Amino acid sequence: MKSFEYTITDPVGIHARPAGVLVKEIKKYASTVTVNKGEKSVNALKLMALMGMGIKQGDTIRVDVEGADEENAAAEIEAFFKANL
Amino acid sequence: MITIQGKGVSTGVALGPLYFYQRAKNIVSRYEVTDTDAEWARFKAAQEKAIAELGELAEKARAEAGDEAAMLFETHQMMAEDLDYEESIQNAINENKLNAEAAVSDTAAQFAEMFASMDDAYFRARAADVKDVSGRILGILTGAVAGGVDSPVPVILAADDLAPSETVQLDKSKILGFITEGGSGSSHTAILARTMGIPAIIGVGDAMKPEMAGHEVIIDGSNGNILVDADEAARVKMLKKMEEQKKMQALLDELKGKPNVTKDGQSVRIYCNIGSPDDVQAVLKNDAGGVGLFRSEFLYLNCDDYPDEDYQFEAYKKALSDMGGREVVIRTLDIGADKQIAYFNLPKEENPALGNRALRICLNRPEIFHTQIRALYRASAFGKLSIMFPMVTSVWEVREAKKMCERVKKELHDEGIPFDNDVEVGIMIETPAAAIISDRLAKEVDFFSCGTNDLTQYTLACDRQNNDLGRFFNPHHPAVLRLLKTVCDNAHKNGIWVGICGELGADLALTETFLSIGIDELSVSPRSVLPLRQKVRETDVRVVREKVLADLMGDANNEI
Repeated sequence: MKSFEYTITDPVGIHARPAGVLVKEIKKYASTVTVNKGEKSVNALKLMALMGMGIKQGDTIRVDVEGADEENAAAEIEAFFKANL
Repeated sequence: MITIQGKGVSTGVALGPLYFYQRAKNIVSRYEVTDTDAEWARFKAAQEKAIAELGELAEKARAEAGDEAAMLFETHQMMAEDLDYEESIQNAINENKLNAEAAVSDTAAQFAEMFASMDDAYFRARAADVKDVSGRILGILTGAVAGGVDSPVPVILAADDLAPSETVQLDKSKILGFITEGGSGSSHTAILARTMGIPAIIGVGDAMKPEMAGHEVIIDGSNGNILVDADEAARVKMLKKMEEQKKMQALLDELKGKPNVTKDGQSVRIYCNIGSPDDVQAVLKNDAGGVGLFRSEFLYLNCDDYPDEDYQFEAYKKALSDMGGREVVIRTLDIGADKQIAYFNLPKEENPALGNRALRICLNRPEIFHTQIRALYRASAFGKLSIMFPMVTSVWEVREAKKMCERVKKELHDEGIPFDNDVEVGIMIETPAAAIISDRLAKEVDFFSCGTNDLTQYTLACDRQNNDLGRFFNPHHPAVLRLLKTVCDNAHKNGIWVGICGELGADLALTETFLSIGIDELSVSPRSVLPLRQKVRETDVRVVREKVLADLMGDANNEI
């Protein structure tokens, strides 16, 4: 499993639009992607659950990537977060 | 006349008959099913159709309002096929033997409730998206027809709160403006209304009564005012405002894409002053050539502690990339005087305007300056950045500030972080000292930008915050204008450009003066761009120059 931490810089947090783009991005990979904030964690393919976490600007989340393509997937998903969130 | 106050979320004035949105009602029946597989198949078919319809809406929105609006419907598509959403519906059908309509309706209520109970206003507003998507699936299941506007003439549309899909499906030629009972500034109705340039007012509660239907209403999206059956005086006033707005639109249609060139071929760059990356939209909408003053203070004012490098970098990067390669002049931190920030812990001063402010703070506290300069240079890789230092009085200050730039460039180079090596570095000319030694300062920098509010305050010894000084605070004073001419001459002698980024830049009574002394750039608020372009295009500098310069430099004692 590969993990990385990221602090959200987008002023409205993981809102509908980027969450939608994120789900699209994650669908490209075979790995299972989990977003963790504090005690809570969700499968990042689940758009509404992801939005339901109410991740805001300044929140630090941990993203776990597990699966055959985890190496590459983790790097690209991290880049995606930096560019969009 | 009845006056109603709401919250304006999309500017503009509109006048027309009031019309209440006719919504198709989904009557959800509830019954027990025996063939759960068939019921699940019914849901899947409706879901598939909903997703296809949302795809069409996305394309319609893309054509009308751009990619951003289209993405909304693409997000709705994803909500319609969300795994948890689907699973909850499947459970309701399989476990509770519910019919598809009831299963969708219950699931929608449950997810909407989840969003509605969240702390953040933005996420609470997303409850409407869930309801909208579910309403579409329900409509397909029950065979209901879509709602809309059935009126031969254009109307002001009132509704409880329009769902995004409802907004997009409306026949726009029939809509003059929106009024909604609920909603928020980040609701999709507000966003779409702004993109389409239709005035919109939200949050009026139950003030719009059914008996008002068909009555004439006037809405003003800039202040949230709604007038029902306006009296003559109010009506005339609003019509005048509408007329001005039409003129502005006509100006835009006529002047968009045209160069800022005088009749005799002299050009001037017209840029905008902005205070946050969000203002870039207004800059582009008004067809400005760039940003001549981006006040970086908002980054500091919006935080409870010093904003770090990454946070600043993201904001600068956003503005630069949104401006798509057009020049963006970012002014470094300008606090002190009338702008105070608690966490800076600045001691209280007797004369803050003459105190520890702007570049002075940066030079005294290099760690703060270093963070900002690093963020700026990192962002320079994403567009055309220029950096400007405020509140300069001496050459040594500029040299010290430039040293910081050199230090940062070396650091980034050593760390392998990309940046633009050709970032222009300039200064504000806003003190008489800087104007008087502008010949020397010009040798240190790539450009000057004159801040006329402070330059007037310091030159005339008039506190700009003091309203009682009215007639003494005169930015047209020959002392101020002569200083501007000196600055201009010294800039050009040294081959650098000079602009004006104070309010004076938009003062059409001075446009001829600025063109005559050879100002290269005027940076004004976005809505002043086109009136200024019009003025420039009407001016013939050959005709006015001699008189302007005689007025300015001659010994005639007119009333000034």
